[in-house]
Amino acid sequence: MMGLIKKLRSRTPLGWLQLKYDRGRLLTALSGIAFADILMFMQLGVLNALFYSNTMLHRRLEADIVLINTQALNWSEMSTFARRRLYQAMDVPGVKSADALYINNVRWKNPQTGQKTSVMVMGTNPDRPAFDIPEVNQNLDIIKLPDTVFFDRGSRGEYAEAIAKIDRGETVTTEIERRTITVGGLFELGASFAADAMLITSDSNFLRLFPKKDAGTVSIGLIQVESGYDIEQVKNSLNAHLGKSQDVKAMSVEELIDFEIVYWAKNRPVGIVFGFGTIMGFVVGVVIVYQVLSTDVNDHMAEYATFKAMGYKNSYLLGVVFEEAIILALLGFIPGVGISIGLYNLVSAATALPLFMPSSRAIMMLALTILMCGISGAIATRKLQSADPADIF
Amino acid sequence: MPKNIDTDLAISIHNLDHSFGQGQLRKQVLFDINLEISKGEIVIMTGPSGSGKTTVLTLVGGLRSAQSGSLKILGQELCGATKEQLVQARRHNGYIFQAHNLHRSLTAIQNVQMGLEVHGFYSRSEMIRRSAEILEEVGLGEHLNYYPKNLSGGQKQRVAIARALVSEPDIVLADEPTAALDKKSGRDVVNIMQKLAKERGCTILMVTHDNRILDVADRIVHMEDGRLANNILNGSAAA
Repeated sequence: MMGLIKKLRSRTPLGWLQLKYDRGRLLTALSGIAFADILMFMQLGVLNALFYSNTMLHRRLEADIVLINTQALNWSEMSTFARRRLYQAMDVPGVKSADALYINNVRWKNPQTGQKTSVMVMGTNPDRPAFDIPEVNQNLDIIKLPDTVFFDRGSRGEYAEAIAKIDRGETVTTEIERRTITVGGLFELGASFAADAMLITSDSNFLRLFPKKDAGTVSIGLIQVESGYDIEQVKNSLNAHLGKSQDVKAMSVEELIDFEIVYWAKNRPVGIVFGFGTIMGFVVGVVIVYQVLSTDVNDHMAEYATFKAMGYKNSYLLGVVFEEAIILALLGFIPGVGISIGLYNLVSAATALPLFMPSSRAIMMLALTILMCGISGAIATRKLQSADPADIF
Repeated sequence: MPKNIDTDLAISIHNLDHSFGQGQLRKQVLFDINLEISKGEIVIMTGPSGSGKTTVLTLVGGLRSAQSGSLKILGQELCGATKEQLVQARRHNGYIFQAHNLHRSLTAIQNVQMGLEVHGFYSRSEMIRRSAEILEEVGLGEHLNYYPKNLSGGQKQRVAIARALVSEPDIVLADEPTAALDKKSGRDVVNIMQKLAKERGCTILMVTHDNRILDVADRIVHMEDGRLANNILNGSAAA
């Protein structure tokens, strides 16, 4: 090991010197790699935002186990089941409480512009709130008032003025299905691909807004488990107790999150499109780096042949090309990740989608960048074999 | 291995033939070459283009593998040598080419260091010291950190000589080292080569057309149509 370090330290960093000498080519290569990285980062960022924003509510659920219709597709297409299933669930040992959560998509009048836009409304038991959202849970009395809702300040659309008004304490009213409703408060979640805007209200307000909906038709059953009971075990007993008629199934919150992600990744084109976009970014990177490295190898053919004549082995020259590839990967990655973080902020400001850079993604992308440059280097070195020292005389 | 008379010979070539191409296109370019060069001797090889001079040089340098006959360099048989053996054999030699073939991304001193680095046993400081010393000797002590593009043709060729000689090789092979230079720089380059080689006891085999530099040779051999014509002892050098 020490011998290797000593050898590396006495080695002339030929790859680096070669890259440094031709600044124009170095810049081209670095911007190409940064570009490929940005492409991949954007695709992965948006894909992740899709998954993250669509499971934001799931992760805030105040429940250990959820009960959903076996026909459920995703959060906004849950299908409903009968409320008596919740009462039956109470029979299962270990179940502390079983509450109904009602979900429906509706068009409301944007309080700021007066335009009709779609919004997701959720009705929860005001005594045992469905979500862990402090702004809502500290002011549950507000939604006990008739026709009063909480509004998501992270909603996508022109709501800035309305939000400012509410922040100042003024009353903002609007209409849903010809009912006048009051926006009584704000909370912060953010838009998802499924819904641009979100409202939370009490179950009785929900049923008032949708007279066609019956209190007996529940979207999601929220079950809390008594302490001392194993969640997995209670879940299995619930399935055994309720599963006979095959209209509902119990799953843990983690399973519900996976269920949602699988739906978006497999059943909607978005998941596939962004996955494909990531691969394209990778291929673009390989092509750009290959172009740069193979031009570089071609330019130095006579010099490499001279080195071979001096007694350098092929492996030494391969090492030079890979040295270049790795230097390019590392240097190109830095602007790539920096610009991507900036773009994430820009895009998330513009679309209210949660784009952010987890370090795991940055590390994965660094590995991908090195792999990308490595592949390009491996292709570029094929030409090295043809550097014939006998040709230079 | 028993000692024999070969130990005084740097290069010993016997009955060497060489052909290019395969099958129908096979063309023999060297016929029955016999040449012995003692250690420390400076031999110039002349002859018209296409006579096979450069082929001899590449065979001696281990840049091509010898096909038939015997080719011993410093006692080691290169006829039928493996690729690995050829690479090792190249490290005993210093090469000076018609074009300087310096690496353009490396400064003069870095280029010279590459001649030492191939051996893999010099420390960094040792390489820098030796490279600076030899550049001083070829008169480029002021130009250590110049890139090749900022050096004149003669200066570049002198860097190339420094690179070839820095590791004190036993044999120096030069192919038309003065062809791209004007009379004065050509003369300087050859004088430096001769001086350094004599100091270090190097054997030099040089191919050239340049009549102006023949006087540095101990011996001149002439090639014609793939055959070695005659060995002339150089009168002026002998005198």
